[in-house]
Amino acid sequence: MKRYAYYPGCSTESTAIGLGLSIKAVAGPLGIELEELEDWTCCGSVQYGSLDELEAILVATRNLALAEKKGLDLVTPCSSCFITLTSAGLQLRKNHLLMSQVNEALAVANLEYHGNVPVRHLTEVLASDVTTEVIASNVKYRLNGLKVAPYYGCQLVRPDYGFDDPDFPRSLDRLVESLGAEAIPFPLKSRCCGGTLVIPEEDMALGLIRKLLDNALENGAQCITTPCPLCQINLDAYQSRVNNKFKTHYNLPVLFITQLIGLALGIDAVSLGLNTNIVSPGRVLDDILGAGQEASHGA
Amino acid sequence: MSFVEEVAATHGGENICACIQCGICTGSCPTAGEMEYPPRKIIALIRAGMRGEVLSSSSMWHCLSCYMCTLRCPRDVRPAELAHALKSLASRYNYRIKGTRAPAIYHSFVSSMINNGRVHELGMILRYYLTTNPLVALKIFPVGLKLLLRRRMPLRPHKTSGRRSLARMVKKFREIRGSH
Amino acid sequence: MEPRIGVYVCHCGSNIAGTVDVEEVVRFAQNLDGVVIARGYKFMCSSPGQGLIQNDIKELGLNRVVVAACSPTMHEPTFRRACQEAGVNPYLFEMANIREHCSWVTEDGKRATEKAKALISAAVRRVYYHQPLETRKVTINPNTLVVGGGIAGIQAALKIADSGHRVYLVEKSPSIGGHMAQLDKTFPTLDCSACILTPKMTLVDSHPCIELITYSEVEEVSGYIGNFKVKIRKKARYVDEALCNGCGLCQIKCPWRADSEFDVGLGKRKAIYTLFPQAVPNVPVIDSEHCVYFLKGTCRVCEKVCELKAIDFEQQDETIELEVGSIILATGFSLFDPASIYQYGYGRLENVITSLEFERMVDSSGPTGGSIILKDGLHPKSIGIIHCVGSRDKKYHEYCSRVCCMASMKFAHLVKEHLPEVEVYEFYTDIRSFGKGYEEFYNRVLDEVTIFIRGLPAEITDIAETPEEKDKLIVQFEDTLAGLQRRLPLDMVILSCALEPQPDAEAIARLLNISQSGDGFFMEKHPKLDPVATMTDGVFIAGCCQGPKDIPDTVAQAGAAAAEVLAMISKGSVEIESATAIISEKICTGCQYCKLVCPYGAISFEEENEVCRVNEVLCKGCGLCVAVCPSDAISLSHFTNEQIVAQMEGMLI
Repeated sequence: MKRYAYYPGCSTESTAIGLGLSIKAVAGPLGIELEELEDWTCCGSVQYGSLDELEAILVATRNLALAEKKGLDLVTPCSSCFITLTSAGLQLRKNHLLMSQVNEALAVANLEYHGNVPVRHLTEVLASDVTTEVIASNVKYRLNGLKVAPYYGCQLVRPDYGFDDPDFPRSLDRLVESLGAEAIPFPLKSRCCGGTLVIPEEDMALGLIRKLLDNALENGAQCITTPCPLCQINLDAYQSRVNNKFKTHYNLPVLFITQLIGLALGIDAVSLGLNTNIVSPGRVLDDILGAGQEASHGA
Repeated sequence: MSFVEEVAATHGGENICACIQCGICTGSCPTAGEMEYPPRKIIALIRAGMRGEVLSSSSMWHCLSCYMCTLRCPRDVRPAELAHALKSLASRYNYRIKGTRAPAIYHSFVSSMINNGRVHELGMILRYYLTTNPLVALKIFPVGLKLLLRRRMPLRPHKTSGRRSLARMVKKFREIRGSH
Repeated sequence: MEPRIGVYVCHCGSNIAGTVDVEEVVRFAQNLDGVVIARGYKFMCSSPGQGLIQNDIKELGLNRVVVAACSPTMHEPTFRRACQEAGVNPYLFEMANIREHCSWVTEDGKRATEKAKALISAAVRRVYYHQPLETRKVTINPNTLVVGGGIAGIQAALKIADSGHRVYLVEKSPSIGGHMAQLDKTFPTLDCSACILTPKMTLVDSHPCIELITYSEVEEVSGYIGNFKVKIRKKARYVDEALCNGCGLCQIKCPWRADSEFDVGLGKRKAIYTLFPQAVPNVPVIDSEHCVYFLKGTCRVCEKVCELKAIDFEQQDETIELEVGSIILATGFSLFDPASIYQYGYGRLENVITSLEFERMVDSSGPTGGSIILKDGLHPKSIGIIHCVGSRDKKYHEYCSRVCCMASMKFAHLVKEHLPEVEVYEFYTDIRSFGKGYEEFYNRVLDEVTIFIRGLPAEITDIAETPEEKDKLIVQFEDTLAGLQRRLPLDMVILSCALEPQPDAEAIARLLNISQSGDGFFMEKHPKLDPVATMTDGVFIAGCCQGPKDIPDTVAQAGAAAAEVLAMISKGSVEIESATAIISEKICTGCQYCKLVCPYGAISFEEENEVCRVNEVLCKGCGLCVAVCPSDAISLSHFTNEQIVAQMEGMLI
């Protein structure tokens, strides 16, 4: 069992509950132990930094300090948390005055931070630590024939924190392929979904979401998979809004990568939170899993 | 301190003087069409010393933090981080931003997180619509309802005990910075 | 004679005095042991500066001199000469580098001043122990090696050969001509590249003083200025150059094809081939990676059709050894591979091509016969040309490649010449048309209704968003002058790619012991005043191996390198460093480690006394033998232990 400090991020308890549930369901079978930080608080995301750049670093660092006590790599499944926590760590390492001020503030809560926490995205841990070979060897139902558009979004790969190509990443493709599914070519795989501006600037965001859905369908996708909670809600929950606005008929399920892995590992849909997806993945997956099970039994 | 120096001193503004105005940032930006001053132009305005125009502009509030500009910039200017820095400056000096509701949702986000320790989406969104335009909320209601029905929009916030220590730290941090 | 030392601290304008407190340093130097006089002066290297030293030598009876100024590679010869003229042996001089090693590397004036003091103290202590040495002269071998047969190498070789001196011109590909041979027309006058180049190539081939060695690479260089020894590996051509008359029948009959290097993959060539029809020498080579005889042991069609029996499948690589007095490197550039810029889609999107590919396409003797066509064979209706691809970008090359603006505008003109109806768009960030006649050419291209758009494109995509974009290449960019984000559907996009150092530049630099600048190009001795010399005496550089440049600049630089070589040859000899190794026969045990490591063959073993001896004429004073001698029997004049220890002690004030 590889052990990690785990920072779930706020959305895994709410808007991306399917992500939170499916991570808990697949971690054990894949041989990783995620020790959730006790008492963790929101990382602040881009929003906090846009109102107060420096204070935002403090609120992010509270979580880094909690992780440093554990002495483990800090893993988060949320792309926004990933860059917020990583960037806070990098800035502190460069700015000694800020580091001492942050530590002075952390001290009121009996915390301190020395700059020694590697922040890692769950996708990287799955691809590099767990490895696709181990995932493939644990697969019970190969997702043969399932055409999946691997959607990375922006903040998993940009700004470049070095684990995959920022223009044309491959790690999620490899994860999809390790399940027996087909990762279709998806040229827009790391283009923006509209992010949080979907609330205040909905029209603009719907245009971006439509481009992504269109590009995925044009390349033959039966479903989309993503590791990012924000991307998932935009593509999933706003799909009907896109259809309303553009008079289109998209009905493309959007699964978290951990949900897709869970299915291939033979974990039941409810444990993976699949009933919380808005565009129902049922029909597409029934076909594939039905066939997969038969094949497995036959073999 | 001139405006360009003020911006260059922020995280995100470091390399603005190296910009050669090639426009690859604006060309790459998915929301440039919505911006009064897209990234290249905002750098030109900063260097022209136009503080009020820049900080009261809604342009950087349209930034999606997709970092395409940052990836492609040939001069290592980091326009996405520059946008964060400019928003932070605009907030510090209480500029009134016209033409976007993004600042309102950001404020809702931060107050939700400070109050609860973690963000409570429903509370955040309700607060946002109450402070901006409650009628728009009706349009989005079907989306919210679907989320609610699928357990993705909890009614009550998950108040973490960490919120108290977070609030104490923030208070202390403001004192420290105030004294500097 | 008791040392009487003069110390001179240079301000170098504000280069040194802007950081180092020169007056404080002078006061400090005044109090060092043996120092008779210490002075500061604005420019020590100027004539009054040198006069100051010479005057003090006479008036104050100085017998040793320290100058604290720039790097000794810059002005040590200047001050040694000044000392010599005033009657002080040039080896009784020492230089302290308080510019490159001090004032230029910090903004902290206090610490710079302290370091300057330490460096001067070290120099003063060292010069105290200096011994007068005799200046040595070596004769110059009048033969010259030119490496690289592009326009730079051709021009330099012809200039030297025309004076009646022998030149060996080594080229690694099967023909000379270089990149210039691949170009269609040349800006701004639009001369046909082949028309002006091929006559020069023929001259090289027929010149009695030029020995052309193609399909060959320099493998080893030893020796020093005036007396280099060079080993060249001549690759097996499998065609006997002496027998072949270049009839070309073998190429016609050969049934095997491969991508043409010369046509950058746009065309095919045979497995036995010449690079291009006007190749010099006009002797084909067999490409053993594509020749089926080499792969499977059958075929030999070329051998059967060759009446002169010039095909020789048994040919082996051979090594040629040469002795030359000077070397000119003219190894050129290679083109940046734009596939690394993902968003431009090179290699993924059809009809996104490089500048060199376009040159071949538009060349009337090229693979399409000069027809500008898309992958489907049709003519494009619209073409975009992107400047600065891989240049002026910190992720790739920070420098400007200097030729792309003009080449791109030439492309626009050529397109209009071939297909007047085609719309041409130039995507530029800044237009650099600085050469003679270049701005006029820019105006001409503007008049031809080429649309110039100021903006570096963000991406090229084939994902259409409107019906007009369908099946097109869509360039997305900001039109910075209009202040608009735009998408332009086009049929073809040409990427004007950066010129970058050859992939083997580092290996060549190591072979000749010369430096590369940060960008990887070979470094000249001085960027303004010594632009073709290198830090290794007797080795010169010309053309794009020194940095991107156009043909006029390349030719001028080649001429300059030739002039440097000719000056050396006509002088006949050159002064070299007097430092040599000295072996103490009393201590030497005759182990001969020194003999083993000496790169100049200057050490011999005397059987009779079982000791090693140094031939002072051959010794270059490199010090390798001193370092390896297990019994500490070797010392190096001008680098004695006494001198070096004194220098270190001085440093630790």
